[in-house]
Amino acid sequence: MSEILDNLLYTSDHEWLNLNDDGSVTVGISDHAQAALGELVFVEVPNVGDSFSAGDACAVVESVKAASDIYCPIAGTVVAVNAALADQPELVNGSPYENGWVFRLQPDDATVLDELLDADAYRELLAELED
Amino acid sequence: MPFIPHTEKDVADMLACVGVDRIEQLFEEIPPALRIAGVDGIPPALSEAEISRLMQTRARADGEPLCFLGAGAYDHYVPAVVWDIATRGEFYSAYTPYQAEASQGTLQVVYEFQTMLASLTGLDVSNASLYDGATAFAEACLMAVRANRVNKSRRILVPRLLSPVFRAVASGILAGQKVELVELPMLDGCTDIQALADFAGESGAAVVIQNPTFLGTLDKVDELTDWAHAHGALVIAVTNPTSLALLKPPGQWGQTGADIACGEGQPLGVPLSSGGPYFGFMVCRQALVRQMPGRIVGRTVDREGKPGFTLTLQAREQHIRRSRATSNICTNQGLIATAATIYMSLLGSSGLREVAVSCNVNTHALVDTLTAIPGVSRLFAAPFFHEAVLQLDRPVEAVLAELSAQGILGGYDLTADYPELGNALLVCATETRSASDIGKYAAALTKIFGAAV
Repeated sequence: MSEILDNLLYTSDHEWLNLNDDGSVTVGISDHAQAALGELVFVEVPNVGDSFSAGDACAVVESVKAASDIYCPIAGTVVAVNAALADQPELVNGSPYENGWVFRLQPDDATVLDELLDADAYRELLAELED
Repeated sequence: MPFIPHTEKDVADMLACVGVDRIEQLFEEIPPALRIAGVDGIPPALSEAEISRLMQTRARADGEPLCFLGAGAYDHYVPAVVWDIATRGEFYSAYTPYQAEASQGTLQVVYEFQTMLASLTGLDVSNASLYDGATAFAEACLMAVRANRVNKSRRILVPRLLSPVFRAVASGILAGQKVELVELPMLDGCTDIQALADFAGESGAAVVIQNPTFLGTLDKVDELTDWAHAHGALVIAVTNPTSLALLKPPGQWGQTGADIACGEGQPLGVPLSSGGPYFGFMVCRQALVRQMPGRIVGRTVDREGKPGFTLTLQAREQHIRRSRATSNICTNQGLIATAATIYMSLLGSSGLREVAVSCNVNTHALVDTLTAIPGVSRLFAAPFFHEAVLQLDRPVEAVLAELSAQGILGGYDLTADYPELGNALLVCATETRSASDIGKYAAALTKIFGAAV
């Protein structure tokens, strides 16, 4: 059973979001997603300053068996990226919710966060997938 | 080894296994309206004997002229052993091997090919080849637009000295992706360095440098490379592989080198063959490899630690990345690239250098001899590799027609592509042209010019 942290928000594309004190949102992929992808060999992060709409492909995670887009969960502008992933993509496997974060976004409209899944809803989604 | 390894029994067994009688039944879910019975303009199939006769007739129409024509494809000597080896059954398939467990020999050839191209261009990573030089160039432009993370422009600056064929093919491919080619002017046979200032504010995603240029001259590659990098553009080198045995490789241009190199591979052991098939090559810096199109073969070890070869970095490709792949190219020009690998192996670096030196020396001799004829002069003072532009005192087309009547292919008429150059003729003498060949050309030209005055 993959780990799901109670204090985070999730998307049905298996991304997680954390609302920071300064109003920005940190984005990564869930423990379930990293396990499904397998050992990551490359992560392509967006550029700081890039603006995305919700649903835009904004980053790529590549494993030994597949490459997947990360879709921007909410509209906003990238304010930071995890530069450590350039040399250590495996951080996403080892620490998906902390050292393996992918980028930080300044949301255009923070109220859309209410539409995302909370931990229980995401747990339910995964349970359905496993059925 | 037959190209399609399935026997009729294999096919029957497979059909029985999935529970259908005929292969056509597998396609029945496609609505009839979407199926086509035939393609307009494609005549019925010919037998082997008929197709041989047709192709021989067409090949004979080329004749066997004494060739002083280059302009992108070159009449080099191809040692007989190159195609003797390349057409062995083990190699004689035009398709890329997918199964590492069944294709180690072929994969190793591709790996050696990549290593040789990387060495020649002075860059890190080569792909397994592309269809031809022009499509390789178009792919390089698309790659540069994807790879340039600083400058998100969809413009590419291309020199006036870029091959018109490369430009035309690339324009067609790039238009659909909204990438625009913008021309850098030339001055005295080189890219106009002074004019670069006009482009400083909009340098685009990449600057293209062809060296040797389409007109044979050597461009100011160091200045152009450094200017491009200083303005946030990547550098795409378009180059002739033979020339790299003599010239500074793209990886060493300017302070940090070109980012991508590409070009037409035909000079490496591929006969002119009435225009093809040839192959394109593409090489880049390591940092850009995930944006490179095409197949890449890598060397690895198996679980027993023994070396082996396999396709690698496939997550860039269509069968994994689907619509977001780097390109719809998911194969290579296998047979022709194999011939090139054998050619390069046979010649080695010293042999290739000898070829390049002979081409340079012969073309200098040709230019010196022809420009001694009144009415013929050399157009540019810039140094050249194995092609040069001559200016004639009369229209080129008629002169070439008269030479052709005497069995001489006198060069490439630049009038249509470069009207600003007047009566300009691009000539080339590879290592296959002897002093006596050059003498024949000079004698014929002297007669034409003498007779017309």
